[in-house]
Amino acid sequence: MKRFFGNLNFSVGFALSLVVVLMAAVSLAWTPYDANKMHARDRLQGPSLSHPLGTDQYGRDILSRVMAGAVNSIIVGLVTVAIGLSIGIFLGLASAYHGQWVDEAIMRLSDFLFGFPAVLTAILITSILGPSMVNAMLAIGIFYIPVFARLTRAVAMTVWQQEYIAAARASGIREWSITWRHVLPNILSPLLIQGTIQFAVAILAEAGLSYLGLGTQPPYASWGRMLNEAQTFMATSPWMAIFPGVAIAWAVLGFNLLGDGLRDTLDPRMVRAR
Amino acid sequence: MTRYLIKKLLTLIILLFLVSITVFAVLFVLPGDPAQIILGINATPETLANLRAELGLDQRFLTQYADWIAKLVSGRGNRSINYDMPVYDLILSRLTVTGPLALLAMVFAVVISLPLGIFAARHQNRPGDVTVMFFTQLGLATPEFWLGILLILLMSVHWGLFAAGGFPGWSTAFWGSLKALLLPAFALGVIRASILTRLTRSSMLEVLREDYVRTARAKGLKERTVIYVHALKNALIPVLTILGLQLGQLLAGAIIIENVYYLPGLGRLVFQAIGQRDLPVVRDIVLFMAAAVVLVNFVVDLSYAAIDPRIRMQ
Repeated sequence: MKRFFGNLNFSVGFALSLVVVLMAAVSLAWTPYDANKMHARDRLQGPSLSHPLGTDQYGRDILSRVMAGAVNSIIVGLVTVAIGLSIGIFLGLASAYHGQWVDEAIMRLSDFLFGFPAVLTAILITSILGPSMVNAMLAIGIFYIPVFARLTRAVAMTVWQQEYIAAARASGIREWSITWRHVLPNILSPLLIQGTIQFAVAILAEAGLSYLGLGTQPPYASWGRMLNEAQTFMATSPWMAIFPGVAIAWAVLGFNLLGDGLRDTLDPRMVRAR
Repeated sequence: MTRYLIKKLLTLIILLFLVSITVFAVLFVLPGDPAQIILGINATPETLANLRAELGLDQRFLTQYADWIAKLVSGRGNRSINYDMPVYDLILSRLTVTGPLALLAMVFAVVISLPLGIFAARHQNRPGDVTVMFFTQLGLATPEFWLGILLILLMSVHWGLFAAGGFPGWSTAFWGSLKALLLPAFALGVIRASILTRLTRSSMLEVLREDYVRTARAKGLKERTVIYVHALKNALIPVLTILGLQLGQLLAGAIIIENVYYLPGLGRLVFQAIGQRDLPVVRDIVLFMAAAVVLVNFVVDLSYAAIDPRIRMQ
């Protein structure tokens, strides 16, 4: 623990991320106001004691909606990374273990996915499946598969060259058992680091899709959607355009720094390289 | 070099073929009948069937795909259902907005990132470096569309220096059009500059540890010459890769910022076309965008060889 918290990136990232996670957790039980309930009389109020971050065009409390939006962002981050990790690890391990045509096929497939314009494809996918948070997660998650597949392959290939793997093979342990018991535990650190960074990227991506109206649908709160709604009222109610954006930048900065901090502590070679 | 070029060109063609068939397949299953959208909900089954036949929508998948590719390759092009004009012309007219926007964004990105990256590398772990790195982290965390909104808030709403959105058109008002692109290009450029600054810094640090740099210093060359003449050229190779990738992505992915600023660019066109089920436009633009990404990467690959002769030798 001391090793982790001795790192500035990790400490700051952890503190920022913790605020987001706590905000999301608290919002599940309590928010100052109902995040989705409209109050026509309170519409477009500036920040005050009763509404610290102001209200939107429907009189909804922005603090409550920012808190509820945190749950949305965390779910998106978790699910998209889970999609990318589960399929990516499987493909990466298969690629590293089999080599030859399996490796070639999987790597060319990932090249192919990388070749697609990501934003446009995500828009296409959400258009086909219908705009919703679940479909936005799917659209983002698909692009994570090659990221994790390539990383898994690269680190797994180095692990397969190690002597303890040769020893395990010599002692007659089956290949899938070696993969599961020896290779996988030894590649978890880089995957954890990449997962944290992709978590942050997913928050940004979902915000972008929601801004275009393809992610989380009204009346549910999403930081990207809130920014879209804010643009119409920007001249008279600028607070609507500021706080959801701060929330996105805060969360992304937190998870990015956390990822950097994890890399600094778990992979000291990277520190020397930097 | 010729073999290298042929190999790269072949890969490019195969990739474009795969992209085209995938795009076509994806749009083939897109819900929503274009004929129904054009004729409205009161259309009779006969008129719907006639229009579907006219648009070729009643054909089998492969026939439709072959027809699409044949029109593209022959130069006849496809026609937009909504705009009733060739998609080529539509793409060209919208490219006059997206192209300069992407280029301007890259200019901002390079102008900001190269000096900052070199400065940070030269002052590694000192306060100047830490400050630059802090701002790059902030840049990486900021959604570009939010930065775009903040710029409108500050420069347009508050100071009244720029229009809040829209594009007058190059022929109507050249300076007005250029001005309309400045804020969105800056928003796109600043975010990309964060990545490029970090990359320039790390690449520069690596190169500065090389023996030939030590030799250059030992020869008594000025530090400025060592940095800008000897080190920078090699440090630029990874930066150029990302720069190329970013330019390609910008041509394809300025959709959100074009929506923030109501710019009639390619991204906004394709976004609206998806909503209107204008399939010929969506297909052609997606293929064009994928081709742009692939082509820019191809040019970047070639430029490596120009910068670093070792790559040409390999």
